[in-house]
Amino acid sequence: MNEIITVRDLCLWYGQTQALKHISMSIPEHSITALIGPSGCGKSTFLKTLNRMNDLIPGVKITGRAEYAGQNIFEAEVSRLRREVGMVFQKPNPFPMSIYDNVAYGPRTHGVRGRQQLDGIVEESLRDAAIWEEVKDRLKKNALGLSGGQQQRLCIARALAVKPSVLLMDEPTSALDPISTLKIEELAVKLKEKYTIVIVTHNMQQALRISDRTAFFLLGELVEYGETEQVFSRPVDRRTEDYVTGRFG
Amino acid sequence: MKKKSNLFETLVHGIFLILGLVTIGCVLLITVYLVVSGIPAIREIGLVRFLFGSKWASTAAQPQYGILPFILTSIYGTAGAVFLGVPVGVLTAVYLAKLAPPKIKSAMGQAVSMLAGIPSVVYGLVGMMVLVPGLRRVFCIPDGASLLAAIIVLAVMILPAIIKMSVTALEAVPKEYEDGSLALGATPEETYFRVSLPAAKSGIAASVVLGVGRAIGEAMAVMMVAGNAPNMPDSLFQSVRFLTTAVASEMSYSSGLQRQALFSIALVLYLFIMLVNGILNLFLKGEKAE
Amino acid sequence: MISNRRKLFLWTVRGGMWLATAITGALALFLMGYVLFRGVPNITWELLSTSPSYLSGRIGILPDILNTVYIIIAALVVVIPLGVGAAVYLTEYASNKRLVGVIEYAAEALSGIPSIIYGLVGMLVFSNNMGTSLLAGALTLVIMNLPTVMRNTQESLKTVPQSYREGAFGLGAGKWRVIRTVVLPGCVDGVVTGCILSVGRILGESAALLFTAGFAHAANGFWEGLRSAGATLTVALYVYAKEQGEFGAAFAIAAILMVLAFAINMAAGMVTNKFQRSKK
Repeated sequence: MNEIITVRDLCLWYGQTQALKHISMSIPEHSITALIGPSGCGKSTFLKTLNRMNDLIPGVKITGRAEYAGQNIFEAEVSRLRREVGMVFQKPNPFPMSIYDNVAYGPRTHGVRGRQQLDGIVEESLRDAAIWEEVKDRLKKNALGLSGGQQQRLCIARALAVKPSVLLMDEPTSALDPISTLKIEELAVKLKEKYTIVIVTHNMQQALRISDRTAFFLLGELVEYGETEQVFSRPVDRRTEDYVTGRFG
Repeated sequence: MKKKSNLFETLVHGIFLILGLVTIGCVLLITVYLVVSGIPAIREIGLVRFLFGSKWASTAAQPQYGILPFILTSIYGTAGAVFLGVPVGVLTAVYLAKLAPPKIKSAMGQAVSMLAGIPSVVYGLVGMMVLVPGLRRVFCIPDGASLLAAIIVLAVMILPAIIKMSVTALEAVPKEYEDGSLALGATPEETYFRVSLPAAKSGIAASVVLGVGRAIGEAMAVMMVAGNAPNMPDSLFQSVRFLTTAVASEMSYSSGLQRQALFSIALVLYLFIMLVNGILNLFLKGEKAE
Repeated sequence: MISNRRKLFLWTVRGGMWLATAITGALALFLMGYVLFRGVPNITWELLSTSPSYLSGRIGILPDILNTVYIIIAALVVVIPLGVGAAVYLTEYASNKRLVGVIEYAAEALSGIPSIIYGLVGMLVFSNNMGTSLLAGALTLVIMNLPTVMRNTQESLKTVPQSYREGAFGLGAGKWRVIRTVVLPGCVDGVVTGCILSVGRILGESAALLFTAGFAHAANGFWEGLRSAGATLTVALYVYAKEQGEFGAAFAIAAILMVLAFAINMAAGMVTNKFQRSKK
């Protein structure tokens, strides 16, 4: 399989504190990679580095290399990079506008103006996010009226509408009920045919259920990275074993 | 013993109740006084002739009491001030709330508080000494004291209220919205204008309505720069009289029906203000509900 | 990589924001600078320490300064108990939600009424009964500033922890005792802030005073002053500029008012900061 994201010796500081220590890993295309580890281990920070959402925090310093499709992430044009590497957040964050406008926001930003073209993109994205049937009759209604699970799938649709190739998900189900969580998981598995997914999760079962590869972070270090099955059943590192068997964290 | 202290507590309770009701009493007092003293002249002149009469000549041998010029001047003047002041205010607010470096933000915060603290007569004085002669020279008109001068002064005077309230509304926009937009590849500016501004729209609308209320109600500064002739506001360069200045400019020497008509003007102004306040409350309520 | 259309938008809004901020900043600087530049040279000891005299053609603003001080004192003396009392009623006593709503609505309505209306009603209610006087002006200002004092007190009463009240009640104190010993001391910051803001508003007020307090320039003692008509600094500025064309004196007063307004802004900010810190 082709590697779509390659990271070499990545370090990141918030002011004086080092949040990521010499991370190196490659993420293959059309797969789901789960990032696990206790709170504050750096997994979210790492995820946000991949589409440079960390740029927004003052005092961040990064060294090392990170490439997306052979291109240096830190030298890429941010707007273009974030279009290719989309993101879904922990808390569903639809904009306070209509469902349609939420999904059309990205394409409009990137210059799509034609009504028919937009209609097509909105429908396709909502279908891909498995929410079309639920909202097709109320596209003009405010998105904040949707349930939490629907809102999160809408946010996924919104991210898909700009046709990314990678989707970063930052604990996308932690604010949702079990049934909504299940739907998002099914969706993620379906989406990997078209997209590459990197997901941060606190939920060991979730990682086990949906991911192809798992990376275990601890105190800013990448402790172990490999096939999910292998990481969970035959971890190489002692700390990984302790974590996945629930001895800490 | 017990009974005595109960009596005392009831008494204290009663006193505080009365103090609490003072506010309502004041509003009633003002309303009743304005209605009672405003109605007679309207009755005598006739409501339609009073409101839609286009000529005000209170001291003529055949006095005429039409206040349409004042009403239109107040509306045009306020609209003009909003037209000039709101874009400047909102753009400044977006910059201060979202993009400005901390040093600029705090310096501008001081500047805005200062603008808010300047008494209206000082605005009037500077308008009179700088703006009015300036307009006369720039537009080659006989007198710079005009509707345009009033509009400019009012625009500056409503600026601080609009900026302060809009900044508050913009700062209250959840960061999640902005992150969501940035993650789609939108630039910060696109994010603030296409997501944050719409999300803060009820607060910003409230700031505009607040500005409208200020502009309609301002008397002294306008009196010093608008020229005060009771003309129809046909042109920006005309000397005009607002509802507020109509009351203020004749009150000191008025008597009889003329005086009563001034009270009627005040009543009209009061109704305008109540309408604006009602709208303001609607927006503020809407924001709370969200 | 960003399309030209987006670049255009970017630079338009950036330019717009910079321009707008520059205009706002420049206005503040210009007003401050211009008023001080024209006013400060005219501030002389003679101006500050004498009464105006038509005979000698002298202008002095001592009476106006005194009147301003008197009217502030008189207005505050009345408005503080009223405003604080109303706030205490709302936060400590009122159990009827609708009544609270009506009172708060009334306070909001009061703060939205333009000062010229206050002037008019003040004239009808006070001046027509007690004559045009500083006292009539002060009473008008009381109604105007009632919402300010009430609001600020109310806000700070809300920050007095419920546990203090419960503690005092638990010791068997009566309601009034609890209010006097626990609640009122806790809202000093709100009262002080409300007063500072009111002083600022009174200093800047003119439309409400023209017809209630009048425009006389006689230097009186406090009690005598309250009973007689008199111009405050703001009203004097208006009269000198608009009616008499004495722009030197007008700018001198404007400069004084600007400096006072600035000082009041600072004071209000400092009080809020100080109390916020001590409460934390």
